[in-house]
Amino acid sequence: MERSVYIHIPFCHEICHYCDFAKMYYNRELADQYLNYLRTEMKLYLGDKKINSRTVYIGGGTPTSLNEQQLEKLLSIIHEFINIKETEEFTIEANPGEFSEGHVKVMRDYGINRVSLGVQVLDDDFLKLLNRNHEVRDVDQAVSTLQQYGLNNISMDFIYALPNQSIEHFRKTLDMALDYNLPHYSAYALQIEPRTVFHLRHQQGKLNKPPEEDEAEMLMMLMEKMEKAGKHHYEISNYSENGFESQHNLTYWSNQEYYAFGAGAHGYLNGERYVNLRPVNHYNQSLANQKKPVLHRETISLKEKIEEEMFLGLRRIRGVKDDEFKAKYGYSFYDFYNKEIQQLTQKGWLEDRKRQIYLTKDGFLFGNDVFASFLLDEKTYNRVIHN
Amino acid sequence: MAANKQRNVRNFSIIAHIDHGKSTLADRILEKTKALTEREMKEQFLDAMDLERERGITIKLNAVQLQYEANDGEDYLFHLIDTPGHVDFTYEVSRSLAACEGALLVVDAAQGIEAQTLANVYLALDNDLEIIPVINKIDLPSADVERVKQEIEDVIGIPADDAILASAKSGIGIDEILERIVSDIPAPAGDPEEPTKALIFDSLYDSYRGVIAYTCIKEGSIKIGDKIKMMQTGKEFEVSELGVFTPEPVKKEELTVGDVGFLTASIKNVGDSRVGDTITLAKNPAAEPLPGYKRLNPMVYCGLFPVDADNYNDLREALERLELNDSSLQYEAETSQALGFGFRCGFLGLLHMEIIQERIEREFNIDLITTAPSVIYEVEMNDGEVLNIENPSLMPETKNIKEVREPFVKATVMVPNDFVGPVMEICQKKRGAFVDMEYLDENRVNITYDIPLSEIVYDFFDQLKSQTKGYASFDYELSGYQPSNLVKMDILLNGETVDALSFIVHRDFAYHRGKHIAEKLKKIIPRQQFEVPVQASIGNKVVARTTIKAMRKNVLSKCYGGDISRKRKLLEKQKEGKKRMKMVGKVEIPQEAFMSVLEMSDDD
Repeated sequence: MERSVYIHIPFCHEICHYCDFAKMYYNRELADQYLNYLRTEMKLYLGDKKINSRTVYIGGGTPTSLNEQQLEKLLSIIHEFINIKETEEFTIEANPGEFSEGHVKVMRDYGINRVSLGVQVLDDDFLKLLNRNHEVRDVDQAVSTLQQYGLNNISMDFIYALPNQSIEHFRKTLDMALDYNLPHYSAYALQIEPRTVFHLRHQQGKLNKPPEEDEAEMLMMLMEKMEKAGKHHYEISNYSENGFESQHNLTYWSNQEYYAFGAGAHGYLNGERYVNLRPVNHYNQSLANQKKPVLHRETISLKEKIEEEMFLGLRRIRGVKDDEFKAKYGYSFYDFYNKEIQQLTQKGWLEDRKRQIYLTKDGFLFGNDVFASFLLDEKTYNRVIHN
Repeated sequence: MAANKQRNVRNFSIIAHIDHGKSTLADRILEKTKALTEREMKEQFLDAMDLERERGITIKLNAVQLQYEANDGEDYLFHLIDTPGHVDFTYEVSRSLAACEGALLVVDAAQGIEAQTLANVYLALDNDLEIIPVINKIDLPSADVERVKQEIEDVIGIPADDAILASAKSGIGIDEILERIVSDIPAPAGDPEEPTKALIFDSLYDSYRGVIAYTCIKEGSIKIGDKIKMMQTGKEFEVSELGVFTPEPVKKEELTVGDVGFLTASIKNVGDSRVGDTITLAKNPAAEPLPGYKRLNPMVYCGLFPVDADNYNDLREALERLELNDSSLQYEAETSQALGFGFRCGFLGLLHMEIIQERIEREFNIDLITTAPSVIYEVEMNDGEVLNIENPSLMPETKNIKEVREPFVKATVMVPNDFVGPVMEICQKKRGAFVDMEYLDENRVNITYDIPLSEIVYDFFDQLKSQTKGYASFDYELSGYQPSNLVKMDILLNGETVDALSFIVHRDFAYHRGKHIAEKLKKIIPRQQFEVPVQASIGNKVVARTTIKAMRKNVLSKCYGGDISRKRKLLEKQKEGKKRMKMVGKVEIPQEAFMSVLEMSDDD
């Protein structure tokens, strides 16, 4: 079975105030070392035979924090283990203002065909508030450099419901974003995570997040504007033109397995979800001893697989189809969830049409409530399984 | 033989304020008497319940048998019976003291005597115990031994010039303590030939062995196979197991006068072995039982309801079990429109209440909703009938009431000079009436106020602690009922009265508190799918109103880079949180909302 591959680059030149991914300040020697250990890790998992992988995704941290030579080294390591020729989608995350033409040439030469730009917001004051190290004009520059080298499959990431952000302000960012007329956009509501600067400010009551009403309105506006611009909604936070959906992220939502390499990366192999050691020195140390750098692993039971199939699948606009579910698990999802599906359709959160269920517009706003109702209680699960 | 053995028995307990080093001292004594090898030695052995270790307090009694070879060359048998230090557990203290002939009074060399210690010392003096003062922590830089000695003499009235100077932490003075236990504390007085009288001072339930009774033999003896009789209930059982704690349980063939240990007799029904009852032999019963304990009446009541209605019977069982060795706990079935079936429970105080709740949640794994504590109000009706109201929702209509009386306590606060102002201010704010102020020495003052118990039940102790930087110590006893201008305040959510949120308040504070609680509930109750008005009313008059806005958005848009486990955990947490909420009408209310009527801190 072909599996997707995720590779994590935990280095950044600046740490954003909201970010809780595995990351640390960039340091040249450390990054060199890290790439060597990344190679060791891939070797431990993949051995000497090259694999085929439908999608490869390099995320971070900030992959573009690496200098040109290091980027080239990273990509040649990837080529050592994966037949990139056979790879349909090869994505790298990039920060505007942080990569040169040289970087872009390397990307193109090594087969990268999709770039996800971390734009976040189009206003210099707000970028400063997030502690991003780029300015609005860097975005122009980034897009035109990529396009100049034929990298047209570009996505932009945005965060909304930022501290002090008004609905009007987000509208402006959205309009500017859509002016680029790119094939793919992602937009996430700001989430306050522990161990971040924002979390601390939030606890001290200094963050001034917009009220829930505004956040809901921003989401409605986002969905509307994207639809109008011909970027259709295909997953809770993702919008694209037809044929430009992120194939890599779709492997997550369709509950497939994937490799993950790098410090703090999350993978799913042979029915086991695992997470790697987060601190780079721990990660390196483990690989120096030829040991897989896994911090924690858990086997996903059948019950959990079924739950994940539902709450991940429902993130997609098309939702979950019963015939696909049956083919995978041998049961109909109505066997487990008949009552929940009825309740949620009555509430107007779920549409149930021709044995396919999906979220309504209202359902998007209360996605977590819908997803949580697809966690099974032991009794129901056992009743169905042992019947 | 038996007489010789009895002559060398010493039963004692340790009286001390929280933090004055009782547990450490107990550990040192255990160590010195080789009851524990170094390896077995866990810090603070006697505080066995998880809860006790976490909170650093003793709640349940423990009895340990120790062997000690004294300087006179003879072997002695010590029974160390541990006592709780907190004012709420006075009842337990009186139980353990009844099993002793002496007590070590441990006083912190820097902090001196605290109000709670005083209460326990008086109990010990009432029980005619020999008291050995121990001044602990003498190696602290701030220790002032002379001042503490003076205080012991002035405040308690026992000679302190021969007080033992010790530091349990550094092992100073432990030998002297052991010798003084031998020389000062009398051997138990009973007669092994008399008809048996054994006091049950604690008990617990084991699903295989039935009730395990902790007992102290005051007269006669008990052997395995003896037919015993419980003098209160008249029930008879055959003894299957006897033993002592060293501190591990060690089985014995016989317990005789002066022994402190445990007994099982296939007692399946917890009610058949009441703490405080006297065990005698069926064949040759004693004529009179031992004097029971001073039974304390609950002062604080609250409703306990299972979050999941299916757990009602489990909750009843849990209460039965707990009542077995805590007869100060009272309960009766209660039905609330909002919360369904549950129990109205009576406690000695707030800490006692909290401990019981936590034990039910932890040891019996039942999620609870607790309503705000209430005291018992005396309501005199127009027709002369007097009702005792311990549940605010049962308060009769105002027009039928002639007078409402509430319980007052005599509150004694012991505090350093500098804090007299803040303490008096708190007491005034809590509707207290000044009674007395007494200087213990040049910088410690004993302040006495008459205060409504209901005000103490609110955040009195917390405020006291924060306003005096933790220096104040506090004790109280019921002083009687006085008329008060009280009203019942109801809380309405979404237009419906939630009976479990009703409370009784002095009319002068009603408006302020109603407003405060409405705002508080707005913060605690999560947004629902629809707008929820929150109102506080007296009779039909709404005194405060606010609105919980409808929920507009709840979706995790974040990607988490393939970290599906994290998404799952968030969803599970949300589902779990919902489970712990109670549906009242159409509104989901979290547990803490029912306690919110309690907290009145000024800052929020």
